[in-house]
Amino acid sequence: MTGFSEDYREPLRKERTSMFNVAVITGISLLAILFRVYVSRFVPYLQYLELPLLVTVYFSLMWRSPIAGLLFGAAIGLAQDSLSHHELGMFGIVKTLVGYFAASVSLRVDVGNPLLRLVLGFFFFFFHQLLYWVLARALLGEALDFEVTQVLVLATLNAIVAVFLYQLLDRLKITG
Amino acid sequence: MEFFLSRYRNLSVLVAAILAQLVLLAYQVRTHGDVRLIRVWAVGAVTPMAKVIETGRSGASHFFSDYFVLLGVRDENKRMKAELDRVKMENQYLRTELSTADRASSLAIFQKSSPSKTVAAHIIANGNDVATKEVFIDRGSNSGIAPGMAVITPDGIAGKVTRVFSAYAQVLLVTDANFAAGVISQNNRVHGTFKGQGYEGAGKIEHVQNEQKIDQGEWFYTSGDDRIFPKGLPVGEVTTVRQGKAEKEIYITLSGFRNGLEEVLIVVEGVHAPIPDAPLTDQAVHLLAPPPPDAAGGAPVLQPLQTGPATTDADRVKERYRKFGEQNNHVYGERSNGAPNYNAPVKPEAKPEKP
Repeated sequence: MTGFSEDYREPLRKERTSMFNVAVITGISLLAILFRVYVSRFVPYLQYLELPLLVTVYFSLMWRSPIAGLLFGAAIGLAQDSLSHHELGMFGIVKTLVGYFAASVSLRVDVGNPLLRLVLGFFFFFFHQLLYWVLARALLGEALDFEVTQVLVLATLNAIVAVFLYQLLDRLKITG
Repeated sequence: MEFFLSRYRNLSVLVAAILAQLVLLAYQVRTHGDVRLIRVWAVGAVTPMAKVIETGRSGASHFFSDYFVLLGVRDENKRMKAELDRVKMENQYLRTELSTADRASSLAIFQKSSPSKTVAAHIIANGNDVATKEVFIDRGSNSGIAPGMAVITPDGIAGKVTRVFSAYAQVLLVTDANFAAGVISQNNRVHGTFKGQGYEGAGKIEHVQNEQKIDQGEWFYTSGDDRIFPKGLPVGEVTTVRQGKAEKEIYITLSGFRNGLEEVLIVVEGVHAPIPDAPLTDQAVHLLAPPPPDAAGGAPVLQPLQTGPATTDADRVKERYRKFGEQNNHVYGERSNGAPNYNAPVKPEAKPEKP
């Protein structure tokens, strides 16, 4: 990265960076995790809705800061790990990378576009599932199945939900 | 170095975060340990919210059903459901006893022996992982719950406690792919290992050789071998059984989830029970009266099977070996003195002196 590009990018990034109240960020994160562990009890199909991932992608895109994105992803991932029976760090590592890459993408594109959000939601869900599968096999030796068709369908559904969810979350931005 | 870190600050933080989590992961895998602090924080942050929402949901649900829909019936329904569960447990126990002994004695055994001590718990949340079948219950170490305790319903086994917090506990359900329990078949007493399949309602029995006999429709019960589930709890009914490469492929439907899974019992002190025999048919079967007890009370004396004269070659060889054994003070089946010389001529037996 050259000095010119840094100088060129910095004002643009600051101009577009969105701010959120800390209570909103904490509340949204907890609700996303709670949704996974509670609502899926009554509607089992909703367990395939990866709200913690969608929230991680959203805040990383909006903050446009790779460091903030990866730290947020790590926190959400570790919280998810804590509520599962396997070792801490699996979701943590995956969501750290998702947060980092989402924030890196946001430095180059207009993340307010719904179509682009749809594509990003689809891509990051697929990336998340694939990376988790790779890590589970490589680090823990777990023989998990990776059904491409199922993951693609779920990625599409999650991406559609992401578009509407992100519009809702846009209203929680601090303006002014 | 400073230049590198400032120039690649984002990348440096990413590598540090990934490395830190890899070290954390490696530590847990290597030591089979747990980073309890992080789990306690996460569970402490999420489960109280889940409990509040669940309380609100069930409260609102009860309010509407109690006051607007079925005034008074709800309480009766709850009471009857509790009564039904209790009767089911009693019935299960009685069936077990009645099938192995006569009615009077099993009733006496039932009256004397106490069933497993259990603690009732309510499921408040699912686990996080889609691939994992686990739930959180609203009982923890404060209620005497410990990791490894069995979780059951009146219909059968439901899971086992994996992690315990002060007011909550994590339960791995029998449907999880990592769940295993020692089981035994009802008719043929074949031992095996029950494994979850990762989806609702079904499981697989492993480590049963092709030569062993399992019938379709046969029931599997806990064997008590795993030291988690008391012996004699129903696990499920065989739906499919076929020959495999080395072991039989046996699939069962689980009995523990028949009526949903909202409230469970945690076995705090387990009591083993015998496996019930196969269900009795309606056809009457004549049985002899039981043999009278030995008057002397000593060890039974073994009598030779052949009491008459030797008629076949086999009888004659057997008689010859018996005489060798007597003359050489050798007891067949014991290796202390070594085998006698079977080729030596048999000494003639001393004839009784005439008076």
